Amino acid sequence: MRIPCPYCGPRDAHEFTCLGDATLTRPDPAAPDAASAFHDYVYRRDNPAGPHRELWYHGGGCRSWLEVTRDTRTHAITDARFAADRSSAAQGTEDRP
Amino acid sequence: MTAPTAQNTGPSRRLAKGGLIDRSQPLEFDFDGRPLSGVAGDTLASALLANGVTLVGRSFKYHRPRGILTAGSEEPNALVELRSGARREPNTRATMVELYDRLSATSQNRWPSLEHDALSINRLAAPLFGAGFYYKTFMWPAALWERLYEPLIRRAAGLGRAADHEDPDRYEKATAHCDLLVIGAGPAGLMAALTAARSGARVILADEDFRLGGRLLSDAPEVDGAPAPLWVDRVLGELASFPDVTVMPRTTVFGVYDGGTYGAVERVSDHRAEPLPWQPRQRLWRIVARRSLLAAGAIERPIVFGGNDRPGVMMAGAMRAYANRFAVAAAREAVAVFANNDSAWSAARDLSRLGVRVAAVIDVRERVDPALTAPLAAAGARLMLGSRVIATSGKRLSVVEVLTGGKRETLKVDGLAMSGGWSPTVNLTCHLGSRPVWNDALSAFLPGSLPPGMTVAGAANGRFGLAACLADGAASATAALADLGFAVPSAALPRADDDPAGLIPFWHVAESKGAAFVDHQNDVTAKDIAIAHREGFRAVEHLKRYTTLGMATDQGKTANLTGLAIMSALTGKDIPETGTTMFRPPYSPVAIGAFGGSHRGKAFRPTRLTPTHGWATEHGAVFVETGPWLRAQYFPRPGERDWLETVNREVTAVRTGVGLCDVSTLGKIDIQGPDAATLLERVYINGWSGLEVGKARYGVMLREDGMVMDDGTTARLGPTHFVMTTTTANAVKVFQHLEHALQVLWPELDARIASVSDQWAQIAVAGPKARETLARIVDAPFDLGNAAFPYMAAAELTVLGGLRARLFRLSFSGELAYEIAVPARQGDRLVRALMDAGAPFGITPYGTEALGVLRIEKGHAAGNELNGQTTAHDLGLGRMMSGKKDFIGRVMSNRPGLRDPDRPALVGLRPLPPGARLRAGSHLIPVGQPTDAANDQGYLTSVAHSPTLGHAIGLALLAGGPRRIGERLRAVDPLRNEEVEVEVCNPVFVDPQGEKLRV
Amino acid sequence: MRYSFLSLLANAVSGQRLWTPAWRDAAPKPSYDAVIVGGGGHGLATAYYLAKEHGLHNIAVLEKGWIGSGNAGRNTTIIRSNYGLPGNIPFYEWSMTLWEGLERDLNYNTMVSQRGILNLYHSDPQRDAYARRGNAMRLHGVDAELLDREQVRAMLPFLNFDNARFPIQGGLLQRRAGTARHDGVVWGYARAASRLGVDIVQNCAVTGFLRDGERIVGVETSRGPIHAPKVGLAVAGHSSHVAHMAGLRLPIESHVLQAFVSEGIKPLIPNVITFGAGHFYISQSDKGGLVFGGDIDGYNSYAQRGNLPVVEDVCEGGMALMPRIGRLRLLRGWGGVMDMSMDGSPIIDRTPIPGLYLNAGWCYGGFKATPASGWCFAHAIARDEPHPAAAAFRLDRFATGHLIDEKGVGAQPNLH
Repeated sequence: MRIPCPYCGPRDAHEFTCLGDATLTRPDPAAPDAASAFHDYVYRRDNPAGPHRELWYHGGGCRSWLEVTRDTRTHAITDARFAADRSSAAQGTEDRP
Repeated sequence: MTAPTAQNTGPSRRLAKGGLIDRSQPLEFDFDGRPLSGVAGDTLASALLANGVTLVGRSFKYHRPRGILTAGSEEPNALVELRSGARREPNTRATMVELYDRLSATSQNRWPSLEHDALSINRLAAPLFGAGFYYKTFMWPAALWERLYEPLIRRAAGLGRAADHEDPDRYEKATAHCDLLVIGAGPAGLMAALTAARSGARVILADEDFRLGGRLLSDAPEVDGAPAPLWVDRVLGELASFPDVTVMPRTTVFGVYDGGTYGAVERVSDHRAEPLPWQPRQRLWRIVARRSLLAAGAIERPIVFGGNDRPGVMMAGAMRAYANRFAVAAAREAVAVFANNDSAWSAARDLSRLGVRVAAVIDVRERVDPALTAPLAAAGARLMLGSRVIATSGKRLSVVEVLTGGKRETLKVDGLAMSGGWSPTVNLTCHLGSRPVWNDALSAFLPGSLPPGMTVAGAANGRFGLAACLADGAASATAALADLGFAVPSAALPRADDDPAGLIPFWHVAESKGAAFVDHQNDVTAKDIAIAHREGFRAVEHLKRYTTLGMATDQGKTANLTGLAIMSALTGKDIPETGTTMFRPPYSPVAIGAFGGSHRGKAFRPTRLTPTHGWATEHGAVFVETGPWLRAQYFPRPGERDWLETVNREVTAVRTGVGLCDVSTLGKIDIQGPDAATLLERVYINGWSGLEVGKARYGVMLREDGMVMDDGTTARLGPTHFVMTTTTANAVKVFQHLEHALQVLWPELDARIASVSDQWAQIAVAGPKARETLARIVDAPFDLGNAAFPYMAAAELTVLGGLRARLFRLSFSGELAYEIAVPARQGDRLVRALMDAGAPFGITPYGTEALGVLRIEKGHAAGNELNGQTTAHDLGLGRMMSGKKDFIGRVMSNRPGLRDPDRPALVGLRPLPPGARLRAGSHLIPVGQPTDAANDQGYLTSVAHSPTLGHAIGLALLAGGPRRIGERLRAVDPLRNEEVEVEVCNPVFVDPQGEKLRV
Repeated sequence: MRYSFLSLLANAVSGQRLWTPAWRDAAPKPSYDAVIVGGGGHGLATAYYLAKEHGLHNIAVLEKGWIGSGNAGRNTTIIRSNYGLPGNIPFYEWSMTLWEGLERDLNYNTMVSQRGILNLYHSDPQRDAYARRGNAMRLHGVDAELLDREQVRAMLPFLNFDNARFPIQGGLLQRRAGTARHDGVVWGYARAASRLGVDIVQNCAVTGFLRDGERIVGVETSRGPIHAPKVGLAVAGHSSHVAHMAGLRLPIESHVLQAFVSEGIKPLIPNVITFGAGHFYISQSDKGGLVFGGDIDGYNSYAQRGNLPVVEDVCEGGMALMPRIGRLRLLRGWGGVMDMSMDGSPIIDRTPIPGLYLNAGWCYGGFKATPASGWCFAHAIARDEPHPAAAAFRLDRFATGHLIDEKGVGAQPNLH
């Protein structure tokens, strides 16, 4: 499996580690339902058979966290971007890494 | 006609001329200890045949005599032990072994000899040993399974023997990239590689054979009006002229993986008795290819009839290959041919042309093109159309029984060439999960949907004619390269003819007498398939698993389809409805050593050495593996009785004088930016914003699930600059965790981190004399006084006359202590300077063992307690949790299961009998209660002998924890049959008020 | 036909014509008292014990393909009860007890081979962790022995003792552990359940659930609706997918675990060995192949196949531990889709949806659990309460914090 790292180019997956579902957002810890929201965040997964947005860390390369879109049935990768960029448009932060 | 001799050798069967062999280079070898000779260009199989050796092995279950069935990697029968001793390679296909001088091979799975195998009596019991018989018996009495039945089965099973010793040869791994990977160097593959090469693409051409050409070598056709091998040589010559073309003979592409990655194994030295000194035995290749072209050809399939396994029965294409390529006649007297298709007639024609007497051609078809039959008829062969072979006899084939025109006839022949048609070698197309599709016209499975980037050409794609293969190879390569943007110059195709390929589907001779084999290697017969059918194992995977069809070392290359066809006849469904057979990597078996590469012995994993390693070695340190590191465990001195005496001395030195210890293995992370403190607030449970510049603080971080992840100290070197230390074990994990926080959770934070673990050598200097020791190396005017540089102070300074350093007043030991860091390459200089500086105080180097004792005496949690199952509360660190902020793990740490006051929590233990020893891993049972799980209240995590206190001490996780201080319990260790009564106490055994570290 | 030496003999003289199907290949009925979704080892065992222990005979096992086509046929056949946490030990030990009597119970030779498992340790902390585990086993009445380096050497002299990056210091041995014939377990349970009247329905994919308000009252299948007041899911690997149809989101990810077998050789490895300093474990099948594996690939997958880095990693472990296997050849590899739960331990429980029961989250430890999993799941379905041996395997433990995390790696499935 090869992951198209936006910084390093395509690299073998063994340079990366996978953390899993990238669609999860850390809940508001102050919210009244924080306990159940964190339970969902930490433990529950959609675990789809099909396209999956997931987090990969390029520990053997540029150390970027990437959001990779990969089909869990075929392992075909259709997209890879910096995880930090997901909210950078709103935040206006500089390019990473 | 004379009956073939029963000797396992005989007069040479080498044809007088021809063949792609070098008769000027004789090679001596031996088989079962008998000296034989072959020539360069031979395989072991062709050389054995040339010497008249037709009995090569014994079958798996019935120990039937077996010969050579094929001339390729699909061989199920001719498996031998190649080489001996530490280099013994069991189950080696004689058909794939390139003959070398002094080769030595042994037959396997027979006792006492190949000729007279005692277990061939299994044949008599064959009626008992139908498919799946072992599921139905050996159940009584139960105890006999492990003691009797299983050992008998195990000894009888398996084929060859493993090597006697460690593999003496080396293996390598390598990676290659190309635009087009061409798999198979037959006509389609060569044409594709040539086309691609001419376009300027980076091309790799790989073939499992040592000589490239595929069936161009074995079928002896003409290309461009000349013998095919000449054309092959011309193509190879042109390919060699392109710098970006790599031709890899002896290389099997065994697997297709994701992302255009292909696994291949190059047999670098297997054609030598031993590898050259500078070469590996084999090299594992990961080939990353933008496109691939599979031109793996096709595999001929047997027909299932009585006695189709007898030595002398061979695939027609193989017999043709032995004659054309190796100049060997597979039979001495005469051969018969049994087929359902045209290709066998071409084989028969070649044999006849080369002087092998073809006694008869038996074809199940009523009509065959006269163009095929006429030359054989002219050569004196009987043409038996609409006929079939029903039985054979002879230990080595001597008689074939044929059903023809409603009558049985016998033919005296010592060779029988069979052909049930050809199955495209689609294996690699299935490796990513796609299924092949059935083609009625060809009676074969063709590639289904293909792995991304792959195209299939030639016989592998169902195009069996030579001209079609050449054209398909060129066209497929052109298309693949056009896809990549290469302009492919057009060129005329070489001239060639298509062999006739007519066929009617035919699988199994229903009138067979005797065992009719479907899977030769696993001894699966047509009758076994009938049993599977009768018992409901009709799904193809049930069939395979119940009968073991296709599970042998040849992976059913010659067996799967016939098995499926026979099941299909039994169920009345057609073949695709009955099932398809899937193929998984590897295409053919690959040495485990090749996958391991150089990662074995001491080189299994990299070894990280600390900056003071050389110095520690000089000082006689004993080293210990801690994760990737090799650390000094203790520093024995002459005259010390054992490690305990040494460690006691080292601990005492720290408690009473001064010691030093390399702690460079701790993870060190540089954190900078305006939001650096905010990051720390979010990853640590305690507060950080108030930390002054020049101060360090102990911190604990949790996983998001509320369990403790790591601990360590972080120092503030500037308003926006921190340096964090992590435990040695978690250095990588914590770094990744922080990057996750910065890039994924809170990308809005303006902070950056860098790992500086390798950049700094760090040495702990601990003990009452630590300050005086350091004072002798610190550059003026730095003030080490307690007021100027108190406990938990941190500073950047210079030492040893201008050497940049960092100094932290931290204490793991509970003594007055410092950690001093210098650039890693200065570590050796630093440790020597410290040893000199501390000499007047008797400075003592200490290792990880003493480090452990010191920390247990102080009740610090470390690896055994930070086991991922403990919370901050469990470790007595709950009061550090800030109530004023959120941090990773805060919310989940409030779950009832994690706040249960009865959870095991950290306590100290001391043995009541003063001299008693404690064992880590002992469990705690109340006094007077039975020693059982119901009374299990916790366990000892860490133990040590405390030289300071003069007795054993331990840390434990005990249900209820600190509120039970003063209770007596039993520490039981059933594994080592030990038990000792203990008293629960404060885990801080030494200086519980923490006064010594503040002086 | 009852299997015995006599039945073999009778068939030997009759040309093997007396055998009958091992199990009835049933067509689905419109309704049952209970249906089990998933015809793997766990589902079939559940049905068998529902019929045998709880008197439920009007039940069916629904299998989308052929029975045993999932992880039951894609594992390394190891059975053991060498767990360390109180929530696990009684369950796996009950499983071991059932294994020990399975062949007589099923009248099917599942080839349970108690050849022992040896977990090697290479450092003092590892030894201490094994001591903790072994002592916990002993307190639960499970056999365990702690061997030192010389005892290991006497038992397995061919391991690499003298030139190792991580020298072997000793091992934790469970002699009663071993292997069983994976397919035989599936077929043995299927045959025994079928004889008790259970319908085993193959090629019957569940496509949805029948509902009566909140309650689940059956399943939609590719072969029509099937009504049943109780529906049990035993579809490890695909639990998330099937549970999703019922509106449940599970604490599970699907990951691929590869395993491998070498060409068959004469006996070399007497027991099951796990390497403590790398990702590698190995045993030898009765047929002679070395059966070995290592870590999961580490990414979510339903593809039943993995990639080269893990193949290499596993073989590196093998070469580090026993360098004489270098010239043996890897014959075949396969990948199973694992239900990786968030704490590495399984779930056997009622779900919040009335009528729906869940058996899931087996990670890569499902095979050894087969008998007890069936036993306890049958209990949960029949009695609507957890079996005492599986009382810790609750679905709500992630919310309450009563986790069963043997490895201590937390909510990251690819590390368990």
